[in-house]
Amino acid sequence: MRALLRAAPRRLHPAGRLVRRYPLGTAGAAIILVAVIAAAGADVLATHDPTRIDAAHTFLAPSAGHWLGTDYLGRDIYSRLMHGARVSLAVGITCSLLGGLVGGGLGLASGYAGGAVAFVIQPVLDIMQGFPLLVLALVMTAALSPSLATTIIAISVPFVPRVARVVRAAVLSIRETSYVEAATALGMSRLRIAVRHIFPNTISPLIVMTTAQLGSAILVEASLSFLGLGVPEPYPSWGRMLSVSAAEFAQKAPWLVIFPGVAISLVVFASNLLGDALRDFLDPRLRI
Amino acid sequence: MWPFVARRLTLAALTLVGMSLVIFVLLRLAPGSIVDLIFQSAGYVDPAAKQRIAHELQIDRPVAIQYLLWVRDLAHGDLGISYRYGLPAWQIIRGRIPTTVELATLAMLVAVLIGVPTGILSATHQDTAVDYGLRVFSLAGLSMPAFWLGMVILLFLVREFHWIPSMTYISPYVDLRAHLVQFSFPALAVGYRSAALISRMTRSSMLEVLREDYVRTARAKGLPRRIVVNRHALRNALLPVVTVIGTEFAFLIGGLVVTETVFNLPGVARYLVEAITWRDYPIVQNLVMFIAIVVVCSNLAVDLLYARLDPRVRYE
Repeated sequence: MRALLRAAPRRLHPAGRLVRRYPLGTAGAAIILVAVIAAAGADVLATHDPTRIDAAHTFLAPSAGHWLGTDYLGRDIYSRLMHGARVSLAVGITCSLLGGLVGGGLGLASGYAGGAVAFVIQPVLDIMQGFPLLVLALVMTAALSPSLATTIIAISVPFVPRVARVVRAAVLSIRETSYVEAATALGMSRLRIAVRHIFPNTISPLIVMTTAQLGSAILVEASLSFLGLGVPEPYPSWGRMLSVSAAEFAQKAPWLVIFPGVAISLVVFASNLLGDALRDFLDPRLRI
Repeated sequence: MWPFVARRLTLAALTLVGMSLVIFVLLRLAPGSIVDLIFQSAGYVDPAAKQRIAHELQIDRPVAIQYLLWVRDLAHGDLGISYRYGLPAWQIIRGRIPTTVELATLAMLVAVLIGVPTGILSATHQDTAVDYGLRVFSLAGLSMPAFWLGMVILLFLVREFHWIPSMTYISPYVDLRAHLVQFSFPALAVGYRSAALISRMTRSSMLEVLREDYVRTARAKGLPRRIVVNRHALRNALLPVVTVIGTEFAFLIGGLVVTETVFNLPGVARYLVEAITWRDYPIVQNLVMFIAIVVVCSNLAVDLLYARLDPRVRYE
């Protein structure tokens, strides 16, 4: 019996082993996958037109006709959630990728090029990091006129210094390794070393940071939209479903508030789980 | 200690100058002028009125001069005039500062009281059911939008007790008990997130310290585990936690922006949102600068405290 138990894990498929080793991370990945499917298939999955106003059927409680009820304009909440997934996920993923890309590039430049580049970039990044995420995003929405692009920029920019810092720290330690020294001794150009040796080693922290930011990006988008400063009108986003106008009706129709909030929390929770698992797997010493 | 303090003060001053530059540049990133944005919603506007506003805001001057004028006004304590209220901004902000400071302090208190003990418990029971439960609890705190948690708390109170905390501000001088009750729920909603961060930090820091040689030595010489944890490990493990608490105090403002709106509390953070919605630029610029000052001061306080607690830091 004991031998049988010991033998069991060996028969597992590699994917099965991953699930066993990182149950929380896999759960996170699964939830995100579900959200992505909801976003991609919103047109098919939605039972109603998410923007159609129906004055005769406002504040309907969840029922067979409207699975998650209707809002103050009679719009179907389930359908709005599916379509909202599209906006919230698209904004979240775009922002974390954008922040990761730009931050990664700047971190690489500041860490490896040193000298004048670091002297100009680093203080600006350090100062930007001093501001709370949401405050910086708010200021950017104030400075630019409201649009989808503005929202994406406002959310991505505050991530840049955070990613840059982690990547820079990684670069600084890789720079001192003997294989970089060897490459230099062999006459490899600095650019080639940066691309072939330094960059590949910064990928792990970069992936971990980008995943961790997916959750923050969705949260910041939700907060901005809640305040009426996020993604503008034609697009329903989870944050806007919670916006002040919905909050006014919360006592009358709690489902207006509960479901979008649960959707946000679940996806952010999932991306945090995934981020933690990826960190443990790729870069256990990284503390973020 | 004093050379360290002097160095740290210089750095703080430089950071403030840098932050003021960043704010100034960010608010001027928009193509076109601020005046256009202010009038965007108004439709047709008399060009003369536009010009007058541009002149009042001193947007017709060179950018460098604009910056210097702003810094000069700040140094004189002149925060400009609010368009919305037609009052000096300082008059509006001054009354709102105590609300925000009180809320932030209460939230931090909640965060420390929950975060530190759960973090320790999680570390001393690593990989047990307690640890997993607490980790999920703290991760949930990082995942819920603070404003949504606030709404859910209000919903719950209505459902279970048919009661909600007052939605109009109660002054502590009028009714202290009602005031504290009113503030405790938003403090809970904002504090949960910080509690989660502190708990995670305490856990990882504690785990690291518990693997140190001196902890093993203390255990080996026969000291009970409880004493080793409380006396030997905790003190060192809490050092990085102090840093997190300090930076979180400043970052709480982000959470307050939305929570003050949900609970209808007249604080500085909500005023920032109002000013942004009305495109009241002089106010936005000055409020963000105010936040920057809070951030720099709390970072400074943490660094000084850290240096006091850990002598090694002073000689870096």
